Amino acid sequence: MTKQIRQLDRVVIRFAGDSGDGMQLTGDRFTSETAQLGNDISTLPNFPAEIRAPAGTLPGVSSFQVHFADYDILTPGDAPNVLVAMNPAALKANLADLPRGADIIVNTDEFTRRNLAKVGYQTSPLDDDSLAGYVVHPVALTSMTIGALADQDVSKKDAERAKNMFALGLLSWMYSRPYASTLRFLERKFAARPELVAANIAAFKAGWNFGETTEDFAVRYEVKPAKMHPGTYRNITGNQALSLGLVAAGVRSGLPVFLGAYPITPASDILHELSKHKRFGVVTMQAEDEIAAVGAALGASYGGSLGVTTTSGPGVALKSETISLAVALELPLVIVDVQRAGPSTGMPTKTEQADLNMALHGRHGEAPVAVIAPKSPSDCFHAALEAARIALTYRTPVILLSDNYVANGSEPWLLPDVESLPDLRVEFATAPNGEDGTTFLPYLRDPETLARPWAVPGTPGLEHRIGGLEKADKTGDISYDPANHDFMVRTRAARIETIPVPDVEVEDPDGDARVLVLGWGSTYGPIGAACRGLRQRGLSVAQAHLRHLAPMPANLGEVLRSYDRVVIPEMNLGQLAHVIRAKYLVDAIGYNQVRGLPFTAAELETMLEEVLKNV
Amino acid sequence: MSEPIALKLTAKDFKSDQEVRWCPGCGDYAILAAVQQFMPELNIPRENTVFISGIGCSSRFPYYMNTYGMHSIHGRAPAIATGLSVSRPDLSVWVVTGDGDALSIGGNHLIHALRRNVNLKILLFNNRIYGLTKGQYSPTSEVGKITKSTPVGSADAPFNPLSLALGAEATFVARTIDSDRKHLQSVLRAAAQHEGSAFVEIYQNCNIFNDGAFDQLKEPATRDDFLIRLEHGQPITFGKDGQFCVVHPPGGFGLEVRETAATPAEEIVVHDATVTDPAYAFALSRLPGLDLRNTPIGVFRSVGRPSYDRVVQEQVATARATVTETPERQLAALLGSGDTWTIL
Repeated sequence: MTKQIRQLDRVVIRFAGDSGDGMQLTGDRFTSETAQLGNDISTLPNFPAEIRAPAGTLPGVSSFQVHFADYDILTPGDAPNVLVAMNPAALKANLADLPRGADIIVNTDEFTRRNLAKVGYQTSPLDDDSLAGYVVHPVALTSMTIGALADQDVSKKDAERAKNMFALGLLSWMYSRPYASTLRFLERKFAARPELVAANIAAFKAGWNFGETTEDFAVRYEVKPAKMHPGTYRNITGNQALSLGLVAAGVRSGLPVFLGAYPITPASDILHELSKHKRFGVVTMQAEDEIAAVGAALGASYGGSLGVTTTSGPGVALKSETISLAVALELPLVIVDVQRAGPSTGMPTKTEQADLNMALHGRHGEAPVAVIAPKSPSDCFHAALEAARIALTYRTPVILLSDNYVANGSEPWLLPDVESLPDLRVEFATAPNGEDGTTFLPYLRDPETLARPWAVPGTPGLEHRIGGLEKADKTGDISYDPANHDFMVRTRAARIETIPVPDVEVEDPDGDARVLVLGWGSTYGPIGAACRGLRQRGLSVAQAHLRHLAPMPANLGEVLRSYDRVVIPEMNLGQLAHVIRAKYLVDAIGYNQVRGLPFTAAELETMLEEVLKNV
Repeated sequence: MSEPIALKLTAKDFKSDQEVRWCPGCGDYAILAAVQQFMPELNIPRENTVFISGIGCSSRFPYYMNTYGMHSIHGRAPAIATGLSVSRPDLSVWVVTGDGDALSIGGNHLIHALRRNVNLKILLFNNRIYGLTKGQYSPTSEVGKITKSTPVGSADAPFNPLSLALGAEATFVARTIDSDRKHLQSVLRAAAQHEGSAFVEIYQNCNIFNDGAFDQLKEPATRDDFLIRLEHGQPITFGKDGQFCVVHPPGGFGLEVRETAATPAEEIVVHDATVTDPAYAFALSRLPGLDLRNTPIGVFRSVGRPSYDRVVQEQVATARATVTETPERQLAALLGSGDTWTIL
């Protein structure tokens, strides 16, 4: 039959199933095919903390959302146009997010009485009228996959497990995706077991062919490539980009990167990724605990490496004493906090921005550090380089606040020209710096950066001792002198406060906005999408986004005071808003939400519209 | 390889310009002097030597050594030193710690440094008391110890530091005493020559808060009958007249002390520090009683195992051996790996 082809400008698809159904992989492959086609993309995985919750239950549902369009997009999409539900639990867990009229593709084989009962369905939603507002496509995914693989040399279990590839084939057909990269992927993934390569490819093709022949899918869709800057792209998650940024920092500084880390969700992937890059001289150490991880990183920095530790909120709490030691020692150290919902174990696979207070203030004594935050998955690459630049230039700990949303979300990344990346080379001290020509003064500062010399062990003539006890200015000797302590505390504060950071840029295309939305970190996408929506409706709103949280950009106060209203959306209870109010005496309004999920553009748009009305 | 040039360093070269500020009479002075006198023997340039400490009286040690040094935070010296040693295998890294620092707040880092066999020389000054915080009981204080924090006696059982280190499968374990400079230096010598973690417990007198804790091992009247001086390859006999010996009774798990006169010579244990099974050294570590009778000193265990530093650096070297490109080109290739697409 001839299928009708309909053009769309954007689509949001959510793949949902049991944790064991391979939904992350399915979504990942669909994303890769979509990237090959040249659409702009944004993705959001959502998975349980349990590795394998009981099969078929609500806690076991894992999903992957992909938003793709023929124009540049900022978020993974508020609501899916299409839900692929591999079982009743996946349907039940995700239905509330679907707008009326959305397509639902369900695997009918899993809608058994037992599976329905597990999630509290008295009757099958496929049989009553509870899905009347949606376009439901019942597909016997499991049995058709097993049927398609009947003459393949695989067990029934392996055949059944290939059902995600059937689903991927069907969706790839529906949205006219090029699938060569998926076939190559399957060949690589199952290289050791050729029978599984054949079975998975057969399942994929069966799904594709099913779409082409069945009458249930009368329409095929196309989403044309987006207009993007010329260049080479890859799809990348925040954790991957951050890891590559650290490798790049090693190359551009000429220093070995040393990562001390203890496994913790959602930061462990950075440890996994960096452990693969030994050929760059990267040393990774899985330490016995969070404290040892940062300690080892600091020890490596002392020896002339770029010391890095990666963790999440609970880990930063444990590292706090060592970060303060690094403040006193004035050595470079990069601390990556991939934030998750807290306090305590909280919701380890869900996102939040509630570690800002800890990053800014969470240490004993006056212990200032630099704090920066990436705004999107690919921005994690540049944020890592910036963290390394500040750490190396100013000999200070830098906390990089990523979060679960940017860490696991993905987007296309325009590959940078390596030569254009910042030059991070540093000079170690090699000779005495005292006036007499023979004395070494470990705390004699560079007048411009206020950084002290980095004299690494092995340098003859510069033997010296450093430690956590207060040090005399210049000599670094132990000092209990009141005036010296006051001076050193103020100097350490000034050292951070005077780091030059770029001015904050304001996006106000209409030029007459009276309301400014200020954000930081991963809220950039939803805030940007909300502002865009308002402007499309003729309303004026300005957006500014902070990458540097300590020190803050020099022009920030002036920017804030030039608007009648400042709104600060945050996935916490107003941590940046408190700082802004205290520091700039601006009556900023917070918009706060801590549900473990990113803001939707729609809710921000609604909120901002209210603010605009009342200015 | 040519012979290393003799540096002709002296003890004076290892003294820093800082005034030593331990209490007069503290055992730490003797250890510092012994270490400063010993260091030239290693013929390692001062700039390649690093002392890292935690917190406590003993942890002031690095300030007094004219080498590189770091006085860090409580309990964390082994972790910090691990990062330094692994990333800088060219350095000689020493950790100075105490019973509270190493066994209480820093217990975790100590056992993990030892199991990894990080190339650190760890000197644990054991005075069985918290000195810097003015006299609370420590994890090596005896049960019932009366201190400021335990006015009716401590309720917790102490650690035996050597048993603990051996439980973590430390490859080098030794004990010595602050007041016996010659023995202390012989143990330092053996520790310095060992590849991997060398754990040295030094009995150290705190004359302010726990004076005389090790007197039986020092007083001429008792020391010979109390101390077992271990020597590799020699039968273990001790006492003023060699009247005691160590045997491994059949059917038992451990070692026991017997009268030499009543023991056939072939039953006397010949000390072998290279026994692979840590059970032997563990049994030695269990010999002393509460009254310090039968306290072995010397090298309990010294076995070969590649250091963590070496294994990690070999992995990096193996990976780097395949590199033919400049770092920049390598990086460009890494950034562009995986599925990419080009927009013209």
